[in-house]
Amino acid sequence: MKARVTVMLKAGVLDVQGEAVRHALGSLGFAGVNGVRQGKVIELDLAETDAAAAKTAVDAMCDKLLANAVIESYRVEIL
Amino acid sequence: MKAAVVTFPGSNCDRDLAVAFERAGFEVARVWHKDSTLPQGVDVVGVPGGFSFGDYLRCGAIAAQSPIAAAIQTHAARGGYVLGICNGFQVLTEMQLLPGALMRNAGLKFICKTVGLKVATTDSAFTAGYAKGAEISVPVAHHDGNYTIDAEGLAQLQAEDRVAFTYSQNPNGAVADIAGVLSANRRVLGMMPHPERVVDAAAGGTDGAALFAALMGGMALA
Repeated sequence: MKARVTVMLKAGVLDVQGEAVRHALGSLGFAGVNGVRQGKVIELDLAETDAAAAKTAVDAMCDKLLANAVIESYRVEIL
Repeated sequence: MKAAVVTFPGSNCDRDLAVAFERAGFEVARVWHKDSTLPQGVDVVGVPGGFSFGDYLRCGAIAAQSPIAAAIQTHAARGGYVLGICNGFQVLTEMQLLPGALMRNAGLKFICKTVGLKVATTDSAFTAGYAKGAEISVPVAHHDGNYTIDAEGLAQLQAEDRVAFTYSQNPNGAVADIAGVLSANRRVLGMMPHPERVVDAAAGGTDGAALFAALMGGMALA
């Protein structure tokens, strides 16, 4: 079973890399980009076959390592 | 007094930190990240700068889960001293020994230069050797030194006088110009600038020496 974790900076935390991308898009002539937020996607290949158990396990992985709760939020999708 | 300096894969200031401790009179033990215990009788643990585990995932995140990290947690929990510099500061925040987090520099560039630091409190074994408000010159070398903490956490740090150092001219966007913070018991210090690089006049300055000397002196009295 596969899982996809999306880690983003929390709302309200200034994303300086996202801002740089926004400026770059503007200077390339892409108008109307009001905001860019940059995050990361982590794909996991799991031995677990039960979706609920996989979700619980991946949530624990996020809390322990994959995301820093001080500045980041995460979303888990079981695929 | 005994210091232990930790080495992770990718640490690159571990030897400098060991030398800084030695020059202040500490007996220094070098510790590997896979060690699960600290040497007997260690008074202070130094977590050095560098790029532990290649800064993969987040700076300091993987080092914070290493076997030695559990031993450092135990050491801190029983009132031991811990000094984290640069990547070491990032490791200590990831271990939740210190509040807040270190994000990408606001200007996005890696910054490597000597900066002015103000000593924001002298109420710690690390900063007792400076005059309050004194400005010292210490180098920074980091890409992710933009200290952030929520408003409530910042208010608590300030109310408890736990900001150790502030930048005279903020190089990286850190909230409230914060360059270093103390734990609630004032025995864990994390800072982005490198005091261990300025303990020898022949190598660029001596403004960092008072930190190690005060630590040695303070612990000898305790």
